[in-house]
Amino acid sequence: MTAYLIRRIGQAVGVVIGVMILTFILIHMEPGSVARSILGIRATASRVAIFNATYGLDQPLYKQFWNYTDQVFHGNLGTSYYQQQPVSTLFAQRLPRDIFLLGTSTVIALVISVPMGVYQAVRRNGIADNLLTSTTFTLYTMPTFFFAMLLVSLFAVQLHWLPPEAPQTTSVAGMLADPKALLLPELTLVLTQIAGFSRYMRSSAIDTLAQEYLKVCRAKGLGERLVLWRHVLRNSFLPIVTIVGLSVPGLVGGAIIVEDIFNYQGMGLLFYQAALQHDFPILLGATLLGGVLTVIGNLAADIAYGILDPRVRYVGK
Amino acid sequence: MSVSEPNIRAWIGPGTPDAGEIHGDVQRWLGLREFFGNTQAKVGLTIITVMFLFCFAGPVFYHTNQTATHLLTLNLPPSAQHLLGTDSFGFDVIGRLMRGGQASFGLGFAVAGITTVVGTLYGAIAGIVGGVVDGFMMRIIDTFLAIPGLVLLLITVNIFTPTLLSVILILSVLSWLGVARLVRGEVLSLRTRDYVLAARTMGGGTGRIMWRHMVPNALGVIIVNATFSIADAITALATLSFLGLGMPPPYADWGTMLSNGLNDLFDGYWWEIYPPAILLILTIIGFSLIGDAVRDSLDVRLRRR
Repeated sequence: MTAYLIRRIGQAVGVVIGVMILTFILIHMEPGSVARSILGIRATASRVAIFNATYGLDQPLYKQFWNYTDQVFHGNLGTSYYQQQPVSTLFAQRLPRDIFLLGTSTVIALVISVPMGVYQAVRRNGIADNLLTSTTFTLYTMPTFFFAMLLVSLFAVQLHWLPPEAPQTTSVAGMLADPKALLLPELTLVLTQIAGFSRYMRSSAIDTLAQEYLKVCRAKGLGERLVLWRHVLRNSFLPIVTIVGLSVPGLVGGAIIVEDIFNYQGMGLLFYQAALQHDFPILLGATLLGGVLTVIGNLAADIAYGILDPRVRYVGK
Repeated sequence: MSVSEPNIRAWIGPGTPDAGEIHGDVQRWLGLREFFGNTQAKVGLTIITVMFLFCFAGPVFYHTNQTATHLLTLNLPPSAQHLLGTDSFGFDVIGRLMRGGQASFGLGFAVAGITTVVGTLYGAIAGIVGGVVDGFMMRIIDTFLAIPGLVLLLITVNIFTPTLLSVILILSVLSWLGVARLVRGEVLSLRTRDYVLAARTMGGGTGRIMWRHMVPNALGVIIVNATFSIADAITALATLSFLGLGMPPPYADWGTMLSNGLNDLFDGYWWEIYPPAILLILTIIGFSLIGDAVRDSLDVRLRRR
């Protein structure tokens, strides 16, 4: 296990460095100068020169990359061109909001879709299964932005039940004080995630139900409820672990659409605005964070797999 | 797509004493029969065929002006002249749907084609060569995959001015990674199969093993993935349009139409929203159903017999 972990972490460091190089090259491929797009078309040549000198943009690319990497290892992610605040401060404000929004919606979606998938598998091709399958399938194929807008139009504009905007306070505690405003963004995320999870859960549970060990369980007199809850549910859950692990980097940009529609001030919205404004330090910082989270998510999923499934053993090559 | 009798024979090939080969072909043929007998496949193929006829044959019967507009014809409700009204630029909605459908289909097929070819080659090379080369090639893919897709998309779309060609290229660059990984995994698992070993024992060279045994057996996974990537590309373009990074007005596709229509969601111009939405969703459902059906028909375990 230790040898496996060391090898995986070695690979992970390589991937994170690769992510940094890739983003660096990509954003510098952009035509025109950053200074122009930040300072506006009326900026004088000297202002542009000062801007470039301040942010080190007048140096050759490899040197800029070296400076950036150097700063990152000293814990400095740079300063946002537009907001004139350290990128780390901005992330520290936004990230908890995303952990809250995506964390709660993922947990709710799992709590609903895991038993639902087992139920569908047991009652395969029955009326309830067909109804649930076609509903989740339609949801799955529907573009998220369209679905979210339909919810807004129904619950906020026509019925006046819920506000169309997420709470605008900066702290998570402040948001919880206005739970009604959280309902629509949560609902959108929960339903779209259920659509994704239940598809996997259903087919995974169908596979599990065909396993021989269930015969043994029933033969030794275990009740059907116990068979389903203890054996089918737990074993069908395994593929979902990987999917949840893979969705961890979604914290950086996965909810861009939902954040944009409900004006939820999270990482996704920050990134989207930074991309439109050519705010390089935020773009670099966010992709770097995304890379690190991807690596952590994959690793966590692998380790969880090893704990949940005793057949899985990791060996260092 | 019908398979006539001589074709099947050509497919199965002259009865060469290569047991693994015939076995594989018979299975593929059974898979095809399974596919056409599948309800999902029937529904999916019907949807896609109808959409195709609507988009490509429709303009022959339903003439509209999709180049010039008139300021007095903006957002007109459905009438005898414009059966589904006009949009916020003054274009006839049905004509626009046909035009937009052509673009959506074109984009979907182009992206699926490019990603399948590039991804398959890359994955196959990595899987067959193995060793350090494989490790390095896979780390490149890991790097791309470590940046969330939409994030990478936002950065790249900002760099290149969106045109149909550039969007096709960007979406392809972002989606070949999954195919490459899949094909590599498939090649790695196929490499150790008994029939590959048997073919090698009988003196089959690497090239023969690749073309006659590995490619046909990995084909199922590749086709399933290609079908889904058509749907994914169409959705991705729609999402980009919604974020305001799609292609500018004279151009049309269902996603762009839908996001333009959503701007007027609260003005009651339903004919600008629901028609493109329904066509978009139906098309994605159609392709997903076909993909599911192909997968089911290739998976021996799931056959109901």
